[in-house]
Amino acid sequence: MTDSSLAGTAPVDDAAVRSRALPRPSAGVALAAAFVLLLAVAALAPQLFTHYDPLEGDALASLQPPGAEHLFGTDRLGRDIFARTLYGARYSLAIGLGAAAISAVFGIALGLLAGQRSRLLDETVSRLFDIISSFPGVLLALLVVTFLGAGLTNIAIAVGISAIPKFGRVVRAQTQLVRDADYVTHAYIYGRSRLGVFFGHLLPNVLTAVPVVATVSIGTTILAVSGLSFLGLGPQPPTPEWGVMLAESRDVLRIAWWPGVFPGAAITLTVIAFTVLGNALQRRFEGRAP
Amino acid sequence: MIIHPVARRILARLATSLVVVWGSITAAFLALHALPGRIEDILAGDLIYPGLREAIIAEWGLDRSLFAQYVDFVGRIAAGDFGLSYVLRQPVAQIVGSQIWPTVHLASAAGVLALILAGVAATLTAGRGRLARGLAAAVELTCASAPVFWIGILLLMLFSFTLRWFPVSGAQSWQALVLPAVALALPTAGLLAQVLREAMERALEQPFVVTVRARGLGEGLIRLRHVLRHAALPAVTLGGWLIGGLLGGAVITEKVFGRPGLGTVTLNAVLSHDVPVVLAVVLLAAFIHVAASTLLDIVYVVIDPRLRQQ
Repeated sequence: MTDSSLAGTAPVDDAAVRSRALPRPSAGVALAAAFVLLLAVAALAPQLFTHYDPLEGDALASLQPPGAEHLFGTDRLGRDIFARTLYGARYSLAIGLGAAAISAVFGIALGLLAGQRSRLLDETVSRLFDIISSFPGVLLALLVVTFLGAGLTNIAIAVGISAIPKFGRVVRAQTQLVRDADYVTHAYIYGRSRLGVFFGHLLPNVLTAVPVVATVSIGTTILAVSGLSFLGLGPQPPTPEWGVMLAESRDVLRIAWWPGVFPGAAITLTVIAFTVLGNALQRRFEGRAP
Repeated sequence: MIIHPVARRILARLATSLVVVWGSITAAFLALHALPGRIEDILAGDLIYPGLREAIIAEWGLDRSLFAQYVDFVGRIAAGDFGLSYVLRQPVAQIVGSQIWPTVHLASAAGVLALILAGVAATLTAGRGRLARGLAAAVELTCASAPVFWIGILLLMLFSFTLRWFPVSGAQSWQALVLPAVALALPTAGLLAQVLREAMERALEQPFVVTVRARGLGEGLIRLRHVLRHAALPAVTLGGWLIGGLLGGAVITEKVFGRPGLGTVTLNAVLSHDVPVVLAVVLLAAFIHVAASTLLDIVYVVIDPRLRQQ
């Protein structure tokens, strides 16, 4: 459904509708979008930007400072840090997206449940969200890793669980809004079944909120994941993951600054980009009716 | 019986918190039982010696019905008894009790520092020109987006290795607390400053600001005495979440700076599969988090006169 088909219900200035639907993104938002795009390309095809191997080191070129030969310098084992940082994008993005997918699936299901008219259901699910968010994210993740063991998938699950309430609460609020909207009442009056209304109106309109929450939450998720990898609970060396690279840099900090700077800058820029993008989406989303 | 609306609000908040605490204990119990494998094996961690399994079964009463075990579990944790660490061969309460203070020092120093930094940044930049606000927003976003351990590494490189102002690790002196506290405080301060500045900008548009300005109060005094106090209210509700973040961040900060504390204990416990210790620390953190948010919510109701009258 497009905006112009909605405009038929009331005399609305067409230009006004268009300008509200598509406000010009600011320079910051455009930059953030470009960075995320670049990150996606780096994750899919890092060899486009570098001919160095992220795992093969040159023992003779150990701890070279940044220069023309090695853009970000080399680490203790003579591996090119620029190449490792580029290859690292895929781990952060994959775990970040994986964790967001886990929290989205459970958050949507629980949020839809809580948004129904039953007071008991709402209270129960809402308290469940309170219980999950009562555990500080990092510590909940530590518990999950203790139970399931370290590794890529497990830290995605660990971080995903702690973000369920974030999705759930938004979906719950959105469900309540849509549930009471006029077009849903109309659909019932026209004789649509409960299931028909659910799949035809409720679900599609509730789901519009999810990409917004997902974008905002991917930033925090990547941050949490890098922290767990730094603690040694995620992918193990020699994986070129940013948190792992920073943990390895601690041994050489006294003599070389570059291994401790570039992977951290990559994490920070990625989180900034997703946050800026998510906030822009959120502002646009809040500017319109449910 | 008529209950004062404020009292009713407070009672309802307390009841919700009790439900959440009970729920978190229940979740821990369910998680233990939902895991594949036998509970005595999970609790023993990596440890194997003859008689250990039998001792664990006896101590946790694992041969009884599930319901009896559950009642016992809730009762013990409510009484502060987290059982024994079989890996460290010590009561968990003793391990936690002896290591909690360095972490409390670190988290509270970072919390106070974050409050001060955010307060100063928001007071100075709220409602000012485009450049000042843009700059502040950029710094806040960077701080809030940077991982705690990276900030720690940068601080170490600059202040410990290059300038040699602060020790690299340890927890003996106050100097050793400075860098970890700053590293832990900066991300929190960044987030808090964003919220505080937005609230201050909204408060600056309120009629009461025009009134105090008309009374001839200086801009600095208006901001400090009236606007900041007004804006601090919504920030109070963030307090609980903030404390949770500081507790989690402390684990990572301790690792970066090689500080002793609960984080180090927890991390070692995770690596040696010492489930009783991890469970105790995680539950304790949840309790502290819930207690703090409940307290702050109650404070919020008490200090905000608008919530008192209904």
